[in-house]
Amino acid sequence: MQSLTNRSKVVSDKTMTWKERMYIPAILAGLRITIYHFFKKKVTIQYPEQKREHSKYFRGVHVLKRDDEGRENCTACGLCAVACPAEAITIVADERKKGEEHLYREEKYSAEYNINMLRCIFCGLCEEACPKDAIYLTETISTSNYHRDQFIYTKDMLVEGIKSGERIDINSRRQGVREGAM
Amino acid sequence: MIGENVPPAMCYYTKLEGSGGKCRTCLVKVTKGSEKDPRPMPKLVASCKTAVMDGMEVRNTTSPDVLDARKGITEFLLINHPLDCPVCDQAGECKLQDLSYEHGLSKSRYDFHRREFEKIDIGDKIQLHMNRCILCYRCTQVADQLTPERVHGVINRGEVSEISTYIENVVDNDFSGNMIDVCPVGALTDKTFRFKSRVWYTKPVNAHRNCPKCSGKVTLWYQGEEVLRVTGRKDQWNEVEEFICNDCRFEKKETNDWIVDGPADINRHSVVSKNQFTYELPVLQKQIEQSNMTEQ
Repeated sequence: MQSLTNRSKVVSDKTMTWKERMYIPAILAGLRITIYHFFKKKVTIQYPEQKREHSKYFRGVHVLKRDDEGRENCTACGLCAVACPAEAITIVADERKKGEEHLYREEKYSAEYNINMLRCIFCGLCEEACPKDAIYLTETISTSNYHRDQFIYTKDMLVEGIKSGERIDINSRRQGVREGAM
Repeated sequence: MIGENVPPAMCYYTKLEGSGGKCRTCLVKVTKGSEKDPRPMPKLVASCKTAVMDGMEVRNTTSPDVLDARKGITEFLLINHPLDCPVCDQAGECKLQDLSYEHGLSKSRYDFHRREFEKIDIGDKIQLHMNRCILCYRCTQVADQLTPERVHGVINRGEVSEISTYIENVVDNDFSGNMIDVCPVGALTDKTFRFKSRVWYTKPVNAHRNCPKCSGKVTLWYQGEEVLRVTGRKDQWNEVEEFICNDCRFEKKETNDWIVDGPADINRHSVVSKNQFTYELPVLQKQIEQSNMTEQ
């Protein structure tokens, strides 16, 4: 049969000559390749210490945003959960009481907000669905764990810190979502 | 032909006498008055208030004039609407939401301050958000026609008119809960369901009970095994089939109180049927088992 490309090699079962059975040229040829790779640029990095730069479109663990005054944006409308194709999000809503105006932006807030990271496929449909600018995917990678229940991220793991230093900058991502590029 | 050609209506309600003619969303073009007088009607007419004649020809969505007028009316209805759908319990079964989705603009052109009212508790079971009201007057007609004495109505006029019990009287007659069902927007909501869930996470199941006051035919809205809300059964036009009493609506929230008839018929284009969280219906299963037991 005629081969489709010229890259295939025809396997033959001819007996090796005495010189070939010594294997020394073959070993030397192999070593030559090994030593050649010592002087090449390394393709791997030392991960936890060194980190690669992410693509603009990278989608990692979610963050629940606060507004400029530190109030949570999420009003537990449930659109992220209904948009989620993996059914990873569950929300329980509650009514804001008097005196909690500095914590929650609107009269309803999410008392529980759980994302099952084992179910999540990081598609970003939740941030597209969100009408309140509340949920965004960050560049953080979801960490590994020994137990399945630890993959259910609760609200205290998702909401960003209230202090200015603990805020997570998502401006470039927000712009991308609005333009429909991500 | 009947079905998608029926114009939307925010204020007209077949079961309430004198309803209609207020919201103007059902404007249609009459291209031929009748067999005897074939002249077209000069302006768009409200289809809920116009008598049908022999040989009348009506254009609804086929007329660009109608679509344009409806778009304008939707924009006017939304001028003072707070657009707080993420918070509102009516979201998902709100007629104003449907209307603005089909006929509205995606952005509001209104920059001015929207009118604001305080929330009012009408009794301990019903909450009135006057901000969301579009003044369709359906609820006052329920009060007029279903209950023995009128306890709430519309005060003030024009732009400042508002639904009120005047001095925050408690509306506590047996059928007052029906104003929740007739409200096309989220102005009147069930306080026992307030912020419990969203409509599209609950499963509607038809059920009935022997009620001394009303027909007892209702829809139960389940989340898991819990009845979160009881409403009247609604037909395809979102009108209740039979009005139900407050006992059925607010007090009977246990599966044991009801005899389940089966899943409620929900339009597959409705967001309610988008419920991805497919719960089993343990309720049905249990009752079938029970009935089998009693038969044996």
